[in-house]
Amino acid sequence: MTKVTMTVNGKSVSAEAEGRTLLVDYLRGGLGLTGTHVGCDTSQCGACVVHVDGKAVKACTVFAMDVMGAEVRTIEGMANADGSLGLVQQAFQDHHGLQCGFCTPGMVMTTAALLAENPRPTEAQVRHGLEGNICRCTGYHNIVKAVLAASGQDADAIAAE
Amino acid sequence: MPKDTGIGASTKRREDVRFLTGRGVYTDDLSLFGQAHAVMVRSTVAHGRIVSIDTSAVESMPGVLAVFTGEDFKDVGGNPAGWLINSRDGTPMREPKRPVLAHGKVRHVGDAYAAVIAESYAQAKDAAQVLSDATVIEELPAIVDMKAAAADASNRVHDEIPDNICFDWGWIEDNRAAVDAAMKAAPHVITLELTNNRLVPNAMEPRASIGEYFPGTGDYKLTTTSQNPHLTRLLICAFVMGIPENKLQVVAPDVGGGFGSKIYHYGEEALVLAAAKRLGRPVRWTAERTESFLSDAHGRDHVTKIELGCTAQGDILAIRTETYANVGAYLSNFSTATPTFLHGTLMAGPYKVPHVYVNVKTVFTNTAPVDAYRGAGRPEATYSIERVVDKMCRELGLDPFEVRRRNLLTPDQFPYTTPVGLVYDTGNYQATLDKAVELADVAGFEARRAESAARGKLRGMGLSTWIEACGIAPSHLVGVLGARVGLYDAATVRVNATGTISVMTGAHSHGQGHETVFPQIVAEKLGIDASSVEIVHGDTAKIPFGMGSYGSRSLAVAGSAMDRAIDKIIAKGKKIAAHMLEAAEGDITFADGKFSVAGTDKAKTFGEIAFSAYVPHNYPLETLEPGLEETAFYDPANFTYPAGAYICEVEVDEGTGKVDVVAFTCADDFGNVMNPMIVEGQVHGGVGQGIGQAVLESTTYDDTGQLLTGSYMDYAMPRADDVPFYTVDHSCSTPCTHNPLGVKGCGEAGAIGSPPAVVNAVIDALQRGGHTHVKHIDMPVSPNRVWQAMNA
Amino acid sequence: MHNFEFVKPATIADAVAALAAEGAQPLSGGQTLLPTMKQRLAAPEVLVSLTGIAEMQGVCMGEGGLHIGAATPHAVVAAEAAAHYPALAALAGGIGDPAVRNRGTIGGSVANNDPAACYPAAVLASGATVVTNTRRIAAEDYFQGMFTTALEEGEFITQVIFPIPQRGAYVKFNQPASRFALTAVFVAQFADGVRVAATGASNNGVFRWEEAEEALSAEFSAGAIAGLTVSSDDMISDLHGSAAYRANLVKVLTGRAVTAAR
Repeated sequence: MTKVTMTVNGKSVSAEAEGRTLLVDYLRGGLGLTGTHVGCDTSQCGACVVHVDGKAVKACTVFAMDVMGAEVRTIEGMANADGSLGLVQQAFQDHHGLQCGFCTPGMVMTTAALLAENPRPTEAQVRHGLEGNICRCTGYHNIVKAVLAASGQDADAIAAE
Repeated sequence: MPKDTGIGASTKRREDVRFLTGRGVYTDDLSLFGQAHAVMVRSTVAHGRIVSIDTSAVESMPGVLAVFTGEDFKDVGGNPAGWLINSRDGTPMREPKRPVLAHGKVRHVGDAYAAVIAESYAQAKDAAQVLSDATVIEELPAIVDMKAAAADASNRVHDEIPDNICFDWGWIEDNRAAVDAAMKAAPHVITLELTNNRLVPNAMEPRASIGEYFPGTGDYKLTTTSQNPHLTRLLICAFVMGIPENKLQVVAPDVGGGFGSKIYHYGEEALVLAAAKRLGRPVRWTAERTESFLSDAHGRDHVTKIELGCTAQGDILAIRTETYANVGAYLSNFSTATPTFLHGTLMAGPYKVPHVYVNVKTVFTNTAPVDAYRGAGRPEATYSIERVVDKMCRELGLDPFEVRRRNLLTPDQFPYTTPVGLVYDTGNYQATLDKAVELADVAGFEARRAESAARGKLRGMGLSTWIEACGIAPSHLVGVLGARVGLYDAATVRVNATGTISVMTGAHSHGQGHETVFPQIVAEKLGIDASSVEIVHGDTAKIPFGMGSYGSRSLAVAGSAMDRAIDKIIAKGKKIAAHMLEAAEGDITFADGKFSVAGTDKAKTFGEIAFSAYVPHNYPLETLEPGLEETAFYDPANFTYPAGAYICEVEVDEGTGKVDVVAFTCADDFGNVMNPMIVEGQVHGGVGQGIGQAVLESTTYDDTGQLLTGSYMDYAMPRADDVPFYTVDHSCSTPCTHNPLGVKGCGEAGAIGSPPAVVNAVIDALQRGGHTHVKHIDMPVSPNRVWQAMNA
Repeated sequence: MHNFEFVKPATIADAVAALAAEGAQPLSGGQTLLPTMKQRLAAPEVLVSLTGIAEMQGVCMGEGGLHIGAATPHAVVAAEAAAHYPALAALAGGIGDPAVRNRGTIGGSVANNDPAACYPAAVLASGATVVTNTRRIAAEDYFQGMFTTALEEGEFITQVIFPIPQRGAYVKFNQPASRFALTAVFVAQFADGVRVAATGASNNGVFRWEEAEEALSAEFSAGAIAGLTVSSDDMISDLHGSAAYRANLVKVLTGRAVTAAR
C-alpha cells in the first residue's frame, strides 16, 4: 500500500492504494465519493467518467497512482457554491435527462467536458460526444435535449425539427 | 398555461437532485463496519458434472474467511418458478430444483457453484481464481439449440427431464379445431418463421447484495438490487432458506434500472445471508458486468412459426402460432408466465380476429435462465402479429394503413372478449393510428424518400399497431392462470400530526419517478402542497406487503391502492370534521384542502383535522379511533390495455447494410396521464430499447454454450448516436374503466410496439430499393445481416 | 486483477531501466491494457507508465513529416495534427469515445496492433516510421500480424513519424458494439503513388490493398476500383461480419475514402 495524494473537488486528499487500485476504487472506497459509478469492466459504459486535469476520463481505466498529484473533479464537485444544481445538472433535471440515475454522474461529467470544448454543439456533435456513455433508461432523447439546453440552445425546437 | 403541480402536471422530479449531485445511495455505495467480500466462482463450461472442488486450495490464502459450495445448500430449498403451467395433455410442467449454488452439475457458463468470502474484494477475487483452477468438472456436451434439445432425449440439461421440455402449452386448446378449420377455409394463408432475439436486460447498475445477521435477535437484513423487496423476502423465506418472514428485512435502496432483470430472486442473495450468519459479519457481493451478462436473467428468445388466414382484401380470419421458447438452464421466477400468459393471451393484437390458437413449447438449454424483460411476452406477440400482417400486405398488394383500419377493433366494440381469454375494456385504436399518421407526416414520405435517394440511401417506412395487457394484475385471473402469488398492491397513507404525509407504497421506483408522481396525486386529492408528501418505498420493514414494480403496474395497481387509502383518510376526516363543526357527517364536503359544512362558511382545514386526530381533545373518542393513517390493498378487476400506433422511418446504406433509424413516431393511449414529462420519458426509453432489439442487440452462444456476446465489446447497446429524437403523443386517451385513476400504464409500451415498426421499415426500404427478394430479416437487422440479405 | 508494482519514470532512460526488471511491462494510456488486466489475461509484475515522459509527448513538424510522441493522447493528435495532416487528425478524433481519447495514446495503439485498431491503418498507409528507444522501424517491417509487431522485449515506441500525403482520408465502419473498426480503410495519395491500408478486416492484421493502390495511382477516383474485387480468403469472420462482408467493406470503404480524400 502506498499513500496516494491528489486534489479532488478542490481539496487535497490522500488515501492508501495498491498498484492495481483503479481511480474509481480510490474515489469510492478510499474517499467515500460514491457518486462515481462502475457499470462495466471494459471501459465502455462511462458511468465512471470524472475529470482529470480538466479532461474527461474513465476512472475505471486509470490507476490511482498514475494520476497522483492531479486535479480531479467528480460529480460531487459539480454543484454551485451555494449547493444549488450547477448549469449542466439543472439542465438534466429541467429536461428529465435521467431516470434511474446510475449513468447520470458520467453523463453530467462528459457533458461538462464536451461543452467546455464546444460551447454550442449541434445535435450530431452531442450524440457523437456521448458515444462513450451508455444509458438504458432514457433512449437518450432527453439527455441530448439537456445537453443542448445546457449550451443555451432551444432544445425543444431542435428536437422538433 | 399547463399546470405545474398536481395531476397532469409535468412536475420536475425531486429525486433528480440526489442523483445529479452524486448523493444517490445504491447498494454498492453502502459500506458497513466489518464487512467481508464475496466473489462467486462460476462455471466456465456450459454443461458438466462437478467431480471435485478442492476448497483447501484457498482456505489458507490471505484474507480468506470462508468458502461455500453447493454442498452447503443442498438441504435448503430451491428458487421456484412463480407460475405453474400445465401442458396441453394436462400434465404439470417440469420444475427442476434451482439451488443457491450448483450442486452435482453445472448447467450454463456462469452457473455459480462456489463462493469465496474474504477480507477484501481483491483477496476474494484472487482466491476465487485459485478455487476455479482447483475444481474438476467433467465437461458434457452442451445443449444450446432449442429444437435440437427437444429432439434429442439422450442429452439432458436436467437428468430427470428426458426431452428437455418444460411444458407444451396450448392456448386455448379448445379453440384448436376451429382455428384449424378456419385456416383451411381461408382464401389466403400467410406464413412467417421468425426469431425473437435473445436479449440481456443490462440495467446499468449491476446486481449487488449485502447480507447482515444480528445474533442478538436472530434477525437478518438483506440490502439488494430489487424491483420488489417483499417478493424477494417471500421467496427467500418460504421457498429457499426457511427463515421466518418476520425475521428478514429486505431493503432495495436506490436501484439503477431493472427492466425485469431485478424482479427475480437470485442465489447470491441467499448466499450473502448465509455467509453473514456464519461469519457474524456483513457480507457484500457486487456483480462485475461480465457476471451480469452470464447470470442475470435474459429476455425473449423465441422461435416462432406464425400463420395468418385472410381474405384477398386483408380481413384477418385466423391466427395460428407454434413457438419454441428458451427458458435456459433453470426456471427463473416469471419464466413460465412470460411465454404463455403474457404472450399467448395477446395473440389477437388490437384486431377483430375470430380464431386464434397459440402453441408454446418451453425448452431447457445450457444457457442462462430467460425471463421477463421489458414488455415480457407482449413484444413477442406484437412482433409476430405485426410482421405477419406486414407480410400479408406485401403478398396481397395491400396498403398497410388501410389493412389496419379494416381489422382494428372499433370503439363501439368494447368491452371486447378476445378468442384468447382477455376482455379489452376500452380503447380507440383508429384515433391513435390517425394521430400517428398525422405526426409522422406520412403524406410527405415520398419527398423524404427522394431526398434520401439523392444521398444514396434507401428509405423505408414501417407501421405497427399494438396492444398490451398490463397493470399486472388481477389476482383472481392470475390465479386461474397458475400464479403462486396474488398480484394486488398496497399503500399506507400516514398523515402526520403536523399535517405532512408519508405514503408507504408497495411499488418500487428504480427510475420511474414515483417519488414525484405519487405526491402529485396525493396533493391533488387532498388539496395540499406536494412538497409536504413523502414517498417511502423499498423496505419491507417500512411498507405494507406489496408486489413491487414491473408489468407497467405501479400506478395502475399501487397507485390505485394509494388512491383508496386517501379516500379512507378523507372519509375519516369528514367524521372528525363533523364532530368539530357540530354538523352531520353527511353534510361535510371536502374540497381544496378544506372540510366544510355544506351551504355554510364553517370549515376546518386538512391540517386542523390532522392535528385533532393526534391531539384528540375535542374528538369523538367514543366512536372513532384517534390517529389519521389508513392502509388499502387494491386488487384490480382486470388488466389494463394501453394501445397505440408506431411509425418508423429508416435509411439503409446499400454498400454496408447499415440501418439508421431516422424518425420514430408514437401515438399512444395510456388512459389518464399523471405526469406527461415522465410518461414521455418512459416511452422514449422503451423505444430506445426496442430499436436496440431490432437493430443492435444480439445474445449469441456458440455450439459449446460459450456466450460470445458477454461484454459491451460484443453486445451492442444503443448509444446516443444510434437513435433519433422521437415524436411521442398520448393525447388519444380513453381512460381505464376499472381503476380509480383511469390509468393504463406506460412503462413497457415503447419496447412492445417498436421492434416490428423498425423491421417493417427495413423491409419496406429494401423492397422499394429493388431488393424484392427480401421478405424478412431476423432481428437484429445488423449491417452484416442486411447486406447478406440484399446480396443473397 | 493481479497486483503489481507501479512505476512512473520521467525520462526514456529511466523507463528503459525500469523495464529491465523481471516481469516488467510498459503501460501507456491503458485503455486496452487495463480491461485486459481486469480479465487477468495480462499479469505484469511491474507496470511502467510511459505517460509521464515529457519527451514522448506532443505533435510537431520535423524531418520526414509529422512527429508524434508515442505518449500523446488521441485527443491531442486530433487537435494538433489537424493543420498538418487532416486525415490523421480525423482518425484520431474518431477512436473510441472522448474519455478514451483523453487517455489512449498512439504509442499504445501501435504497440498493441489490435487487428481492429485505427492507427495501424494510418501508419501503414502513410509509410510512417516507428521510432523506438533503440531503433527506427519502417511501417512495412513493423506490423507482423494481429497483435504481433517487430517490437522486442523491453523495447517501446517513443515516436511515430508520418510522411504527409497530398491528400488522404480514413473511413471507418464501426463494429456496432465496441465501436472499434469492423473494417476501416486509410487512403493516402503521395507524389509517387497511392497507398491503401485496411484494418479490422484481415486475420493477418492491417494490410495494404495493392491492386487498389495500382489502380488509384493511375487514376485517383472511386470509379478506378469499381472493377476490382477483394478476396475474402484471409478475412476475419465473426458474429459481426462474415469474411465476404468484410471483403465487401474493404472495397466500399476504399471508394468512399477516395471520394472523401482532402
